[in-house]
Amino acid sequence: MEYILKNGIVYDPTNDVEGEKKDVMFKDGKIVDDVSPNAKEIDVTDKLVMAAGVDPHSHIAGPKLVVGRLYRPEDSRRGIVPKKGVTRAETGFSIPSCPATGYRYSRMGYGTVVEAAMPPLEAKHTHEEINTIPNLDIAPLPLFGNNWFTMEYAKEGKIDDLAAFVSYWLKLVKGYGIKLVNPCGGEAWGWGMNVHGIDDPAPYFDVTAREVITALAKANEKLALPHSIHLHPNDLGHPGNYGTTVESMKIVKGISKNSPVRNQTVHMTHIQYHSYAGTNWRDFESAASDVANFINDNDYITCDVGQITLDETTTMTADGPMEFDLHQLNGLKWANKDIELETASGIVPFIYSGRNSVHSVQWAIGLEMFLLVHNPWQIFLTTDSPNAGPFIRYPRVISWLMSNKRRTEMIENREVHKAVEKKSMLATIDREYDFNEIATISRAAPAKAYGFTDRGHLGIGANADIAVYDIKPNDIDPSAEHEAIEKGFGNATYTFKDGKILVKDGEIVDIVPSRTLWTNVSGLEAEEEAIVEKIMPSFNKYYTIKFENYKVHDHFVPNPIAVNVQAGKAGK
Amino acid sequence: MAYEKPIADYDYKVENCTCAFCGCNCDDLVYLVKGGEIKGELKDGIVVNGYVDGGHVVGVRHACRLGASKIMEDMDQRLLVPMVRDENGNLVETDWNTALDKAAELIANAVRPVFYGWSETSIETMHYGLELGELVGAVLDNQATICHGPSLQAVQNAGYPVMTLGEVKNRADMIVYTGNNAMNSHPRHLGRYSTFPRGYFRKRGRFDRTVVTMDPRYTDTAKMSDIWVGFEQNGDYEFYNAMRAVLRGKKLEKDIISGIPKEDIENLVEEMKKAQFGALFFGLGLTHTLSKQRNIDIAINLVQDLNKFSKWNLIPMRGHFNVNGFNIFMAFEQGFPYGVDFARGYPRYMNGETNTIDLLTREEPDVFMVIAADPGAHFPSGANRHLANIPVIQIDIHWGPSTELADVVLPGSFIAVEAAGTSYRMDGVPIYMKQAISRPETARDDEWIVNELLKRVQRIKGIKPKVAGK
Repeated sequence: MEYILKNGIVYDPTNDVEGEKKDVMFKDGKIVDDVSPNAKEIDVTDKLVMAAGVDPHSHIAGPKLVVGRLYRPEDSRRGIVPKKGVTRAETGFSIPSCPATGYRYSRMGYGTVVEAAMPPLEAKHTHEEINTIPNLDIAPLPLFGNNWFTMEYAKEGKIDDLAAFVSYWLKLVKGYGIKLVNPCGGEAWGWGMNVHGIDDPAPYFDVTAREVITALAKANEKLALPHSIHLHPNDLGHPGNYGTTVESMKIVKGISKNSPVRNQTVHMTHIQYHSYAGTNWRDFESAASDVANFINDNDYITCDVGQITLDETTTMTADGPMEFDLHQLNGLKWANKDIELETASGIVPFIYSGRNSVHSVQWAIGLEMFLLVHNPWQIFLTTDSPNAGPFIRYPRVISWLMSNKRRTEMIENREVHKAVEKKSMLATIDREYDFNEIATISRAAPAKAYGFTDRGHLGIGANADIAVYDIKPNDIDPSAEHEAIEKGFGNATYTFKDGKILVKDGEIVDIVPSRTLWTNVSGLEAEEEAIVEKIMPSFNKYYTIKFENYKVHDHFVPNPIAVNVQAGKAGK
Repeated sequence: MAYEKPIADYDYKVENCTCAFCGCNCDDLVYLVKGGEIKGELKDGIVVNGYVDGGHVVGVRHACRLGASKIMEDMDQRLLVPMVRDENGNLVETDWNTALDKAAELIANAVRPVFYGWSETSIETMHYGLELGELVGAVLDNQATICHGPSLQAVQNAGYPVMTLGEVKNRADMIVYTGNNAMNSHPRHLGRYSTFPRGYFRKRGRFDRTVVTMDPRYTDTAKMSDIWVGFEQNGDYEFYNAMRAVLRGKKLEKDIISGIPKEDIENLVEEMKKAQFGALFFGLGLTHTLSKQRNIDIAINLVQDLNKFSKWNLIPMRGHFNVNGFNIFMAFEQGFPYGVDFARGYPRYMNGETNTIDLLTREEPDVFMVIAADPGAHFPSGANRHLANIPVIQIDIHWGPSTELADVVLPGSFIAVEAAGTSYRMDGVPIYMKQAISRPETARDDEWIVNELLKRVQRIKGIKPKVAGK
């Protein structure tokens, strides 16, 4: 099937197309430069056209989500939409059901989402949920930061063994890249403890976050994985943690990149939660400029923000000790899930309120990060959904970024606490994002950071994943019309996935099964076999599941997109 | 127990099979299979790939008595042929087409259908069941409604600090069983996961752990524990409340609480505070005594409070091998764990209103489908009375009290022996249970049966089947 999108205003930062009025053509699910006269014409005159969105960090599928849904029916009841036409019923606000997740991303014009934390032992569960979410390509990142085998290799400095281990485990659990969450802190949580900073060793294992981060970053580049290590550093959400954040970024400095696509060797996730100064919640204040300056000076770093949206939400992370602290702080019901040999995790409902000084300053810190990092290719749009707010708030975050007027209004009208003016410099920053920068932080840059060449842009040969919004960039003043911006980005006029119309005028009109992106490293077969043989005695002794039943069978990955990588050969 | 000779008379072995009995889902079983033909790959007498066509499981290694007897004696009272009840009230054997058409017609014309069960079948089967339920506006519910339902309510009140069983094996130095008798109900729980195995930080296994049983009965589990706390029947809430009070530094005013001297409670709390890693396993004894979900509330709160001093988690001792699976499945598909009503085109979950027992005692349902469950044996008589008055469709492998209530009987196959499928262990670890032998020729897989019902109902309603289905 051939299509031609007529006269849209196209923003495609990857290919240096900045607001040009042009036609976008595609055939059989790929962008092409010419179509036959039979092509179906769709008139999008003067409307905003971008590649479909790429979400670099969101929690949408897996065991923690299900614990959230099981224990928060009050959240499920908040987002109920009856079944209609091709769609099934939707439930949930911060932790939507799987079908709702797919529909809502489609309505925002998104096509690809990275599931940010998959415990390998329960990877089958994550994949079952991925299969239940429609309309998206999903790349799950397995957790390696507190894995016992990883910690052993890191302590002994066996990078080759670690690389073989990671490469094999990605195949076993069908994962895309390496995720670290509070390295060594998750293991300490096995004893109800935490580590503080990057040089505090995990109990018994006697290995530090510094060693684990170094080892995994080296292994990552040795394997030439499409994505860099994806780091949730230590001390999340602690006042005064920006020092740890900066130190964590420094660790990776000397490690050379081995990838033709991405620029970074470390992706720092939900950086907002890691840019705090002060010593306690009373003298807590923003350290966004310190962190942003470091990122501005070092191009080997990318980050996503985790912007607070001031909603009632459900926090969930593999950072178990942090969630317990949060429970102590807000007293709301606490769920925890420790996974043997691999990770911890926790869940606590949270009500972010503009009336609360701390929450408001957190809100400001996120926006400061967006505005203080100069290069939009280094900072991506996320709310760490659902931690800082559900992903359906992306359009609102975009409206804040594009409108200094709105931000000032919020501060002056006391929609946020007055502490924002004292403890952050947000009120003094008047930068406003333009559409090109929005296209960069929400699709082009995340795609690049993940090594995707077939999505996140509209160049010839790319997937025909396209979003058209009912916004006329040449007529609109985003600074004044922030409501129109939010509405426009939240209700795509069209969302195409592989050339198929999924959304028309904000309504889902078609459903396609989701696909799973995973990384298949070749070239280390002998090393992998040796590693498996070596760890098998420990595996059998300490896991409660047989190795044969541990792997994710093909049955769970019916629509895979394998990204084939030749170990160590990607660098050009 | 008399000595039994090991079984030597078998032809093939199938390794790493998963037990489809309790929530332990032990995945280290070896099935000894006699007869049949290999469909797959055989290596040194071990089936490494595929299954044995026409074979019989004559022995099971590593399984407990419960699991082994379920697996080995599965042909006892087995349902083999579809049956439909005739006008005289007798179940008459029929062919698959007739039985399926009859069942589909009942479901398609129902006003308030209820699909109950699911805990002893695979997630793959549930997919089709849910699609069918959404199509006709049914209520989907599972055994949680009569077992751990109050636990889930408590989880919704108080929280859910859990872990996988390997955490217990590797770390726990204090283990509490409360309101359950694992030695009898989950016989390998202590041996494989909690008490006896040698873990990474507990190299000496049982000797490195303190086991406590809190139960009014002096059960088999209590007999092998280091400490037995035999509080009074229905004294659960008071007992846990007292423990929590002591933990929070309060003085107890009564000398004896729920039959336990206050010094004992204080000592116990002290022990629990000192533990490096504690695990609390609770069963229906806690869930279904006087204060129901409030017992679990307070137990969860106790565990949360203990985390201020050391590390504690809990796990509900789920009964069926996939009862947790259904709750997980429903939660990720439609946001609610059990008792989900689709009558209005969107899911509703309201305890006391959309649960099977409440619906039946209010005499609301007009068609009832039971899959892999036995309401005839387990439901209160008031609920069963209504079941006797309405058409009941049964999908199961064994003849049971529910068969006596059923109007259409569709014989399924045995997951993890005759059919493969996904299940979730009590701690939420997913396992793909593999197939070892073929099913009886005249029976069908649950997955196929429910899918076939879905297709036939779609045909009756004039709806095109979804192409994008899995």
